Amino acid sequence: MSFDLPTPPELDLDPLVARLNPYAPSGRTALLPALHAAQELYGYLPEPVAAEVGRRLGVALADVYGVIDFYAMFYKEPVGKQIVRVCGDPPCAQAGGGEVLEALSKHLGVQAGEVTTDGEWTLERAPCLGRCEHAPAVMIDDLPLAQATSDQPQALLSAEWEQVTSRVDGDLRALTRNCGNGAPTTIEAYEAGGGYAGLRKAVSEMAPADVVEEIKASGLVGRGGAAFPPGVKWEGAASAPGELKYVINNADESEPGTFKDRVLLEDDPHSSLEGMIIAGYATGAEKGYIYIRGEYRNAENILGVAIEEAKRQGVLGAKILGSDFGFEIEIRRGAGAYICGEETALFESIEGKRGFPRIKPPFPTTHGLFGKPTVVNNVETLANVPLIIRDGSQTFRQVGTEQSPGTKLFCLSGDVARPGLYEVPFGVPLRHLLDDLAGGVVGGELQGILFGGAAGAFATQEHLDVKLTFEDLSEAGLPLGSGVVMIFNESRDMRQVLSGLAHFFADESCGKCYPCQLGTQRQYEILLEMANGHVLSGDVDKLTDVGWTMVDASLCGLGQTAATAVLSAIETWPALFSENGAHGATSND
Amino acid sequence: MNIQQEKILNGGITLTIDDQEVTVPPGTTILSAAGALGTVIPTICYHDHLTAYGICRLCVVEVEQARVLQPACVAEAREGMTVHTRNTRVERSRRTILEMLDSAVNLEEAPEIQAQLDDYGANRERFENGERRSLPIIDDNPMFLRDYSQCVLCWRCVQVCADDAQYTYAINFSGRGFETSIDTFFEQSLPESTCVFCGQCVDVCPTGALKPKREWLLEQGQTPDEIMQMTRMERRRRKT
Repeated sequence: MSFDLPTPPELDLDPLVARLNPYAPSGRTALLPALHAAQELYGYLPEPVAAEVGRRLGVALADVYGVIDFYAMFYKEPVGKQIVRVCGDPPCAQAGGGEVLEALSKHLGVQAGEVTTDGEWTLERAPCLGRCEHAPAVMIDDLPLAQATSDQPQALLSAEWEQVTSRVDGDLRALTRNCGNGAPTTIEAYEAGGGYAGLRKAVSEMAPADVVEEIKASGLVGRGGAAFPPGVKWEGAASAPGELKYVINNADESEPGTFKDRVLLEDDPHSSLEGMIIAGYATGAEKGYIYIRGEYRNAENILGVAIEEAKRQGVLGAKILGSDFGFEIEIRRGAGAYICGEETALFESIEGKRGFPRIKPPFPTTHGLFGKPTVVNNVETLANVPLIIRDGSQTFRQVGTEQSPGTKLFCLSGDVARPGLYEVPFGVPLRHLLDDLAGGVVGGELQGILFGGAAGAFATQEHLDVKLTFEDLSEAGLPLGSGVVMIFNESRDMRQVLSGLAHFFADESCGKCYPCQLGTQRQYEILLEMANGHVLSGDVDKLTDVGWTMVDASLCGLGQTAATAVLSAIETWPALFSENGAHGATSND
Repeated sequence: MNIQQEKILNGGITLTIDDQEVTVPPGTTILSAAGALGTVIPTICYHDHLTAYGICRLCVVEVEQARVLQPACVAEAREGMTVHTRNTRVERSRRTILEMLDSAVNLEEAPEIQAQLDDYGANRERFENGERRSLPIIDDNPMFLRDYSQCVLCWRCVQVCADDAQYTYAINFSGRGFETSIDTFFEQSLPESTCVFCGQCVDVCPTGALKPKREWLLEQGQTPDEIMQMTRMERRRRKT
């Protein structure tokens, strides 16, 4: 903080009292929505405001504070009237994000994390904003800016909102059939293209168990990163005892380099909505939540409109399409926590708590949200569902391979001619995606590809003929993850890249289990020193021990994958970790 | 009655821990099952009378067929399971966790963890360049002191203050990741908070992070009489 803003003595709690009325009866589960609402009123969450929220919702004050302090987008100190966030992750850094941050810092006279003296601006370095195809990404409050430049910071700060058209291409446009048109697809357009035919077929012709069977028969594999078959989840939740069940659309996309779900939500919001409603019908759930990351306000607004459209058309609400099946959907906005994409941390967040992952078992299908059977699926996974039900699992299986049926969305970013979202049938080689579709590497020869996400592994030239399927990638030691293909040319300093990834995990570790709480910090410290040119002889051993301890002993998937990129880099570029090694070395010796 | 008969009668579960077979009732954790064989699995956060959250991960063991190591304090014994409580893979995780913890937290007053550091051959200089959690001692009440530079974040104090015992909810967590700490609402002093000074948090603290004020003053070289004077004054002052 560059100066101390005095707490306004006239802090008037009256508007808050009224504002909290809709949230108070729900109690703790409404904590995040109530804090968002309170922060909209006051700009931040001063102590008396937080106390009032706690009292009205019946949440212990220490717990309220714990929640405020956990989520990066809740502020307990005054912030500027506007917040400018500059993405600091690899693709944006490569495209000049660091220079943009520096220019803004100079222009505003503050460092990242500080407020300007006039109280107008807060400047922040943000984790991946999910706009890697428009790198470097900047957001001014909720307004996303594409391809920011460092030459005119004033112009950047006064930019007007304009719709940024998604960059979408591919061999086959099934999931992305309505994407890339520069505007959200209305329900009329969605239905004209065969939308809601899957839901119509399900509720009128199929028993819930048949829908589950159809999804299982399709061989659909989850697209969120864990590659678990959704059909098995649905079956588990459907057969779990209890009347009350939930479906969750996991739209907390925060994996650095990932923007596929944002494009689907912004351009074709009804596809995953329809998937959710079908999942509700199949499992016997009557309520669904969309948990969307706090940085995706544009997508959230579009979804809000889509939900209203769906209710109006009778495909959402009571007695859907004249049947006895009713389903409602609530949007829940995250508040800046990557960990909340982990399904059990996501439950905790909806329940109004810090995003601490739970011990599994028990699994969500029997003990999920509020302890009830819950199905959690990723946006892209759910977007596949309407197509499978409408056309049948056999048609779905005509594309892709036996073990990886259908199409897959890949997020290409970094040193590539045409960064963007690409839809391809499973089974095409990586080379096809990189060269034929995205126009190849730019700025020099290929050094490496971070595959799968920050929690992924590095591919090199020798992997270009690997077929993009779950089975082939697994054999090649590359996790499909969230479909990230982040390209680095030979000029890139991979030590900087690794230090950036390690910074991300250290920032986003929830702090619950020791291996990740301590390991992400130590990993970052060592890699930062390396990036600054200080390599010690024991560093590789330390990184290997810390890495494997996180992989082996962490409580959740974040910790278990927080070192995979580093461990993969140690194997791929040993010279990078030696005292005399070159930073941008492509050599394998 | 032989083991097999007992098992049929009680619905017991038979598993193998370090080459020894043991039959336990369903719902038994690996930690307890190992205990029945006299095998000690090290723990830090675990406490017999509190909800186990599997946080410290020192109790991780290798379960054959499982992808990653399993926390023995919460993982339940399953029929036919084969468990290795201490092999090189397990040792690497335990040693690294202990080395990292030692480099971040002042463990001088945690004799059990000191013994674990020795047992696992931890190199105490390994991460000495890493950031330490150095925080000032909080002396805001006549009953106990809080020195969070000695806090291992085992969660026990938060648990006893909440649903595991007292239902007082005076403390929770602040920050996240390496910056996580235990805090009151907006760092208010304990007397301002809902704390009822039941002392249970001090009881369950496995390090010297929470310490009775008298004990601390004795360590500082004060005589019992001086301490009596001082704490009595403090209490009186709080009342007025």
